[in-house]
Amino acid sequence: MAKQRIIEIWVGLFVAAGFAALFGLAMQVSNIPVFQTTEGYDVYLRFENVGGLRPRAPVTMSGVRVGRVKSIELDENTYQALVTITIESRFDRIPEDTSASIFTSGLLGEQYIALDPGGTDWFLEAGDEIALTQGALVLERLIGRFLTSMGQDDN
Amino acid sequence: MTGLLALLGRKTLDSFSRLGRGTLFLLRAMAGLPSLLPRPGLVIQQLYSIGVLSLLIIVVSGIFVGMVLALQGYNTLVNFGAEQSLGVLVALSLLRELGPVVTALLFAGRAGSALTAEIGLMKTTEQLSGMEMMAVDPIKRVVAPRLLAGFLAMPLLAVIFSFLGIMGAYVVSVATLGVDDGAFWSQMQSAVDFREDVMNGVIKSLVFGFVASWIAVFEGYDAEPTSEGVSRATTRTVVHTSLAVLGLDFVLTAVMFG
Repeated sequence: MAKQRIIEIWVGLFVAAGFAALFGLAMQVSNIPVFQTTEGYDVYLRFENVGGLRPRAPVTMSGVRVGRVKSIELDENTYQALVTITIESRFDRIPEDTSASIFTSGLLGEQYIALDPGGTDWFLEAGDEIALTQGALVLERLIGRFLTSMGQDDN
Repeated sequence: MTGLLALLGRKTLDSFSRLGRGTLFLLRAMAGLPSLLPRPGLVIQQLYSIGVLSLLIIVVSGIFVGMVLALQGYNTLVNFGAEQSLGVLVALSLLRELGPVVTALLFAGRAGSALTAEIGLMKTTEQLSGMEMMAVDPIKRVVAPRLLAGFLAMPLLAVIFSFLGIMGAYVVSVATLGVDDGAFWSQMQSAVDFREDVMNGVIKSLVFGFVASWIAVFEGYDAEPTSEGVSRATTRTVVHTSLAVLGLDFVLTAVMFG
């Protein structure tokens, strides 16, 4: 009987260790969506070019993450990229004339949306659109422009 | 010439009949699962010998696989100045592929072979027919608890493997390679998705656990009742499980991440 009890304790430890490892993976390794379903409001942005922006990319203001990219679609009327971002509801005092740009973290890192606060007393609400946007800098275009300007200098 | 053709035909028919017997056997074993409910002790006993006794090899290999991944990944990533992404590399390789697959291969070698040998020896020493004689269904009494225990143990072992692998990689990269502690975790957290990566790995290991324990108990039950037959069945278990796991892994990866 005592042996059976030891076996049961070991099995209990094994199962507990398995679930603890899963819990560790959820909390430490991945950003578990249960705690990450950003409670917040959706705001729309239009960009000429989103570059390598992906859904779930961070939205930051002064470097602090305030939300995430929810979806990226193509507006078939204007041929612009329509980006929906979810801003956490505790950041409810973002001015309406805030501007947004797509930046790259590091030289080759992932892309994110940075918000620059405006100055009005009206704040963004669900369904609003941020009008002042600047799309991603595409490296090839920059190089192309640089090369053309070099050519002009020679003439 | 006809001899060759006949050989080919016989081999094909043989493998088909084995597949058919295996499926029927699986169905009978699954039908025996509900009878385990009033006797959980049988499953706990098997969880001990399949799961707990496999822990040591899983823990040691997990830590070492993680540490080696970190060392190798660092050598390549540092050329691009991207050693901050080491955590992402290690976590994704472990969670998506190495965790489930290596655990299944170790499981086949450690637990699957033991299951086959045990059941095969029971058959050779006529314990199984003895049970039948006493109106105890050996499939319900012997096979079903082992099948269920293997099915339950595999995902737990795979999760432990991945977790310890990441910890091993963390120790190596932060303590000896000098990767930044914060960047290691934060990059990992922003790249690893719980449902996409962690749960898909768990689903993979569930499938592998099912296949590995099915093959192990079937090979044991189907073994030729001689000492040579048992040894052949044990070998077959390890070989077939490894092949099945690697093949299924490709299919699952194509479906999940393709």
